[in-house]
Parts: sequence; structure tokens; C-alpha cells
Amino acid sequence: MKKKQNVVIKGTKEGLTFHLCDACSFEELKRELEERLTENTFLHNDSQPISVKVHSGNRYLSEDQKDEIRNIIGKKRNLVIESFDANVITKAEAKELAAQNEIISVARIVRSGQILAVPGDLLLVGDVNPGGMVMAGGNIFIMGALKGIAHAGVNGNSSAIISASVMKPTQLRINDCITRAPDGGFPENERRGMECAYIDEDNRIVIDRLQVLIQLRPNLTRLEGGF
Amino acid sequence: MGEAIVVTSGKGGVGKTTTTANIGTALALKEKRVCLVDTDIGLRNLDVVMGLENRIIYDLVDVVVGRCKLHQALVKDKRFDNKLYLLPAAQASDKTAVTPEQMKTLIDELKQDFDYVIIDCPAGIEQGFKNAIAGADRALVVTTPEVSAVRDADRIIGILEKEERIAPPRLIINRLRNHLMKTGDMLDIDEITTHLSIDLIGVVVDDDEVIKSTTHGEPIVLNPNSKAAIAYRNIARRILGESVPLQPLEDEQKGVFSKLKKLFAGK
Repeated sequence: MKKKQNVVIKGTKEGLTFHLCDACSFEELKRELEERLTENTFLHNDSQPISVKVHSGNRYLSEDQKDEIRNIIGKKRNLVIESFDANVITKAEAKELAAQNEIISVARIVRSGQILAVPGDLLLVGDVNPGGMVMAGGNIFIMGALKGIAHAGVNGNSSAIISASVMKPTQLRINDCITRAPDGGFPENERRGMECAYIDEDNRIVIDRLQVLIQLRPNLTRLEGGF
Repeated sequence: MGEAIVVTSGKGGVGKTTTTANIGTALALKEKRVCLVDTDIGLRNLDVVMGLENRIIYDLVDVVVGRCKLHQALVKDKRFDNKLYLLPAAQASDKTAVTPEQMKTLIDELKQDFDYVIIDCPAGIEQGFKNAIAGADRALVVTTPEVSAVRDADRIIGILEKEERIAPPRLIINRLRNHLMKTGDMLDIDEITTHLSIDLIGVVVDDDEVIKSTTHGEPIVLNPNSKAAIAYRNIARRILGESVPLQPLEDEQKGVFSKLKKLFAGK
């Protein structure tokens, strides 16, 4: 009877995918991985690099274990690990992921010297005064006046947006883009309604009517199925 | 059991000490037993404004370290027949001579004896400020209609709001200059109150009489003809829970007056 293989190597258009069995022990897995790499002669040809994806099924690989696998596969000079994938994540990672997708609502005034930071989207019922700062991993929605600093998409999300009923910020930051208030302040008594800021195609922050987001950022809608 | 009110501002020179002296005096005129506490250790001046400098024997630090009893350090203001006392700050030490815990014990002790303990806070947000707010139940934030003072007031309000013991702070706008506000060259009352979004408890106009009375060591509230005096007396009445409309800044200015009235009624 043929023994079930713990390491299955499949070739795809993009390169190779290593499917690692999640039922055997990690030691067994390492041993078999090494065996498979030495016996497969087609892998000895080190003319051109082949990208490798590692899929560990229902096995959670710690960073140390990933390093070990990286070392084993790295012995073949033409194999380059592109990514690790698995069906499982830790609870901490799951919580972080959930937090990043959450809209957190806060009712208060962010005053000078105060910093309000959330991992996901921020819905602020109140103002941000000059000298105050709000930060969010996702979008920022301010129901009151934004007169301080708002930083959306802090973890590298450049499609994040900032919106406020009164948009008079000292500075706007989205991902790593920064823009500041015009010298001499904002024009007085110009009633413009709710506005939003986003990064346009030229990688600059622009301020526009809130309604343009419907076209520009359709994924702001999270309602499934429509209405 | 009395109440401790801290007068603070963040920025220096906006009139904390003058406000403390005048509100304390106004409350004493209302037959309340009042103790003024100067927490600006190292830079004391409430005693000078009150004209009591020459009677100081012991000070706040002496009480805290146990060199004297509390009642020995209290300076009685003879003008007010047992109603008004001052606990002066030490001049030879600095802010670190006292801890917030010691300060709280001291203020709690004073609250047993007095109806109101008014605490004059030093400028800044460091140790001196922490000491000053440690024993307070209420806070009055003083600002002038200048962007720098309003910015610092905002910071102070943020810190005060985090202190759960202290009731939501109330705002005093000091040194208002009506002609500049009218021309729009100075922040107006509306702008300041919407920006800081806390209750306004009083507006004091800029008045030369205040400087004159300070020079003579006599609080301006004792002069009932001055606009600033009326404003301070009104603030004292509002502290006592009376509902007093804001004074007109200028009699012919109907527009501003009604605006103010509306603003105050809205609170």
C-alpha cells in the first residue's frame, strides 16, 4: 500500500505550491520535506529561480517553524519562498482582524494634546480641536468639526478616507501622505456641507464633497444584497 | 462640609490670581466662609493681590511638613470679619515640596471649616497643576480672548475632564475688549464657547480699575462701580447656584446682549 505523502508538491503557472500535511508531527514533516527536495532531481537545476508558496493546511506555523522551513527550502538556491498560507490563525490575529474591520464610535471632544487612536474605522461624535489628533487603521468619520489632525489608514491603507461636517484641519494624513491647511487659514463663512478627503490617482490628498465617495470608494458600503 | 474650587488656565498671565482673589472676596461678601489657597509655590502672589503679604508667618509648605498647625498658617483678612482667610504659598521652596496626596489631605481639612476653598493654580500642567487640582471638587477655567490662551484652556479642560472627582469645568472669559471683538480682531464669546464647548460662568471685561486695585492690594469687587467688579460678583452668585443673566458689555449694544443672553440661557 502506498504511504500517504506528507509533502505534496504541485506545479502551477506561478511556480510551485508545497502542501504540507497537518496530521503528522513537525519533525516528520521536516524530514520528509528534505527527502522530497533531494529526490526530486528537476529541482537541482538552478538556472532560474522558482517561486514557492507554502500551504500548511490546518497546521498553525509559528515564526520559528516558518524559519526552519525557510532554511530547508532555501538550501535549494533556485527556490524562493513567496508566501506562507494556512487555514488557521491564532485568536490574537483573529481579534486584530476583527478590530480592523470594526467601526468604533466615540462621543467626546478630542482636545489639544489628546490622541485618539483606533485599529479600525472611527466614528467620532464631537469635534477635534486644534492640537488634538485622531488616528485610525481605516476610515475616519467626524460628525462635528475637524480642526486638529486626522490620520486615516495608519497601517498602510491608502484607500482610507477622512470625512467631517466641518473640514478645517491643521493637517490631514492618509497612509503616508500628508497635507496641511492653507497658509492664512480657511476662507471664512464658506458653508460647504460635509466634506471628505481621499488620496487621488496622483497620490495627493484632495478634499471634495462627501458624495463623490459613492463613486470613488464603493467598498465603503458593507450592506450585503443592496436595498 | 464645604466645596473646593480650583481656578486654572494653563497659560500664565490670563488672570487666575486676580480671579481667585475677586471670586473669593465676592463669596465672603455674600456671608460665606472662604479660604483662598495659593498653590503657586515659589512664585506666590495671591497674598500681594489681597494686600496681606505683611501678615504671613507660616505657609502651605510649613503646614504640610508639620512645622505648624493649619490654623496658625491661615491669614485672616480683617476687612471681612472672620469670613475670608488666605493660606499663602511658600516662597523659598518649589512645587515638588508638596505631593498631590498631601495637598488633597490639606484641602479636605480646610473643607471641614470653610464653605468654599478657592485654589489658585500655577500656570502649566506639571506638578504644581497636579497639586492644585488634587483636592478640587469643581474647576473654573480662565481664558482671555486670544488664540494662545484658548488653546491652552482646551488642553487644561481635556485633562480636567479625565479627573472623575472633578465636576465638568466651567469657563470664565477674562479681559474681553469689546471694541476689538466687534471689529472681529479678537475671538468673540461665541467662538470661544463653541470651540471649548463647556459651560460659560462669566465674562469679565478688560478694566483699568482692576490693575489699579491690584496695585493697592484691594480686590476690585469691593468697588461696586466697576464693570469687572459686577462681573466677579455675578460669577460668585452663579457659583452659589443663582441664575444671573450675563451683563451687557455695552448698553447700546442690543445685538450682542441678546446674543449673550441667549447663549447663557441655553446652558
